[in-house]
Amino acid sequence: MKIEGKRAIWSEYQKEIADDKYYYVRSCIRQNFFPGSEVAFLKIMREELKKDVHEHPCHTTCSGIGYHGDVVPVETAMTVVARQFALMTEAGYTNYVPSCITSFGLYTEVLETWHHFPDVEQKVRQQLKKATGREFEVPKNLAHASDIIFKFRKEIAAKAKYKLINKNTGEPLKVVDHIGCHYAKMFPSKGVGGAEYPYVLAGMVEEWGGEVIDYPERRHCCGFGFRQYLVQANRGFSVACSKEKFESMQPFKPDMIITNCPGCPMFLDRWQYVINEMEGKRYGKDGEGIPVFTYEEVAGLILGYDPWDLGLQMHQTDCEPVLEKMGIDYNPDMKYEINGTITKVNSRVSLSI
Amino acid sequence: MKKHVIVIGGGPAGMEAAGQLIKNGYDVSLFEKDKTTGGHLNEWFKLFPDRRAGSEVLDYYKNLISGKDLKIINSTVVEKVGQSGGSLTVSTKEGIEHTADAVVIATGFDLFKSTRKEEYGYEIYDNVISSADLEAMFRKGAVITSEGKTPKNVGFVHCVGSRDEKVGNLYCSKLCCITAVKQAIEIKEHVPGTKVYCFYMDMRMGGAYYEELYREAQEEWGVNFIRGKVSEVSESINNRLIVKVEDTLAGRPLKMELDMLVLMAGMEMSEAGKKLASLTGLKTGDNRFFSPADHHYGSNRSNISGIFYAGACTMPMNITETISHARAAVADVIDYLKDSKR
Amino acid sequence: MDKFGFAISQQRQIDFEANRRDIAEYISEKEPSFRVCIECGCCAATCTTGNFTPFSLRELLILLKRGENDKVRDNINKCMLCGKCTLVCPRGVNTRNVISLAREAFQDRIKNAV
Repeated sequence: MKIEGKRAIWSEYQKEIADDKYYYVRSCIRQNFFPGSEVAFLKIMREELKKDVHEHPCHTTCSGIGYHGDVVPVETAMTVVARQFALMTEAGYTNYVPSCITSFGLYTEVLETWHHFPDVEQKVRQQLKKATGREFEVPKNLAHASDIIFKFRKEIAAKAKYKLINKNTGEPLKVVDHIGCHYAKMFPSKGVGGAEYPYVLAGMVEEWGGEVIDYPERRHCCGFGFRQYLVQANRGFSVACSKEKFESMQPFKPDMIITNCPGCPMFLDRWQYVINEMEGKRYGKDGEGIPVFTYEEVAGLILGYDPWDLGLQMHQTDCEPVLEKMGIDYNPDMKYEINGTITKVNSRVSLSI
Repeated sequence: MKKHVIVIGGGPAGMEAAGQLIKNGYDVSLFEKDKTTGGHLNEWFKLFPDRRAGSEVLDYYKNLISGKDLKIINSTVVEKVGQSGGSLTVSTKEGIEHTADAVVIATGFDLFKSTRKEEYGYEIYDNVISSADLEAMFRKGAVITSEGKTPKNVGFVHCVGSRDEKVGNLYCSKLCCITAVKQAIEIKEHVPGTKVYCFYMDMRMGGAYYEELYREAQEEWGVNFIRGKVSEVSESINNRLIVKVEDTLAGRPLKMELDMLVLMAGMEMSEAGKKLASLTGLKTGDNRFFSPADHHYGSNRSNISGIFYAGACTMPMNITETISHARAAVADVIDYLKDSKR
Repeated sequence: MDKFGFAISQQRQIDFEANRRDIAEYISEKEPSFRVCIECGCCAATCTTGNFTPFSLRELLILLKRGENDKVRDNINKCMLCGKCTLVCPRGVNTRNVISLAREAFQDRIKNAV
């Protein structure tokens, strides 16, 4: 493989990312799946990078999960999106930063639709005004939260306490970067690095000392895809997608997976447990799983945040192998500590049952 | 005094037009942007469908144009043709102006840059090559992978940059299908025992003896044809290429490992032609090629009096068609210059 | 295993590396016209069996080429060897002989396996 070829493509897919004054909107599901991630993002932005990040208490779902789950019509979704923009406008911000990839995809889709069909935008403006009395400006800059971390990856590296390097061997950790489908597949020019060879996570991994693995099923969906997961009868299809990826990446012996979507880390993490339960198969080294992280969790680890403050105890596939390799100073006994009480849980809960 | 005709482009179309104009007694100057004439023909080892050597056609051109009064001006890019009074002014990139009574544009085509089909990984995955790269291997006489090994499984992707809305080319480049068939046979000749798979959307075998060569490829050489457009290419841990394609005739997706994948790059309006068109005010079509005055009976005439087209600057053409088209351009030039009022 | 109320879906892809194409190769060697089939389907359109039962010679020929042999083995004996397919084939494929050779190859393989 020639990395220069990828660099040439990356250089063609640069996007404009605002450098301060962000209006941040949370994901519906990430706070349950990976509760430390959004908190870590805010901490990094405000405390490490000294940026202005605003959150609005009236923010709701963007309705993308319903739109992609076939229960919310697109016009309704657009009006909900218009309301979010109105909140941003009222708060005096213009740089919109969603935490969720599907939100990012929906916002991009809505803005593109309005760009090509201004009459649709006018109709949505009227609907919002009638329903809520609100008015809005479209964002001047729309960037996914992972775009922001990508933009400041060098600043984060400069403050890093740890690197994505195996302290015992000195070798870079082998990292699978998995990009949410709605990040760039629908609108390649809106993603850092485009859709075929996305650079948004690869850029972070490179900057923080790791090595990105290019494995055959790199582009494959994690299997979340909303409707196939939401219906139990379809979950076999969902888990088969993750399995396809694990089978494909296994020969490359990845140390970890990094993701930028709400669903992907959830499914790549939990399905490892399910596959092991159903077929007795594990994909990591020495019968372990392959730890899965969000990019905020990885940034947090790099900056020396406590793994349990980052919520890594919520992972079903144990994260400890990566903590050990990176040489992170952490207390294994505090994994399930809540308000000073250590909950009795088998620390190898994930794959060792 | 002899009338002066300037031919822009020294590929087959330009050489043919220049040679025939000299025969007809005109004063002819041929401008070529590269160091030598010949164009894409210099790169091609053998031609379809009879697989004669490309060099034989180049020899024909040597006889046609060398030793004659033809002035060949190499390494010179023409940017614009202007009109002043009854004559035309040809301006080079360096700003030098030449006067002519008529101009034949034969700026030809550019090969589609396969990097634009990002999913195929050209210039990323080591053993993804273009049809032109394969011709270079044939000329060297060594078909080998980047690891220096003999490939055991070779794939061909038809329609790379043609019939593809995603790269803005709706048209068929017409020659890639037959080129793939020819190259597939040549792979078999160079490396006996290699398995060859052609991935196609439609087999467009419209030329004389094309269908026959297709049949020969199947029957005598055992080349396999799989109907489906390759959707993506990746590399396995063993550095083998993995292609994904829908086998549309089996009605199921298919995954295959290959040692080498050849991308059948299509033809596009040349960059030089595009610039010439915009600065001169020549009409181009939706396909970006020069748009002739009439597609039925005026395929050599432009929208500017005294400027004519020859060859693949108007649409994808093979050598035979290019030669015929260039000769037809000469007939139009003679007709135009006969009129004593000009 | 249906532990969670669902089973892991199977891959639908034709895995070209995993499949054995020795039967197709055997037929190609003995009946080279098999190679020039372009899957136009003229054979299947005219086939008596195909018009009244779920049998498509066109489909079976492509499956043979891809090494998806199970379906071919299960269906190839439905042919009545009337020869109409050979009569209509525009590429001159001796489809009747292809079918006979396929039957022979499957039988030989079964014998060898025994």
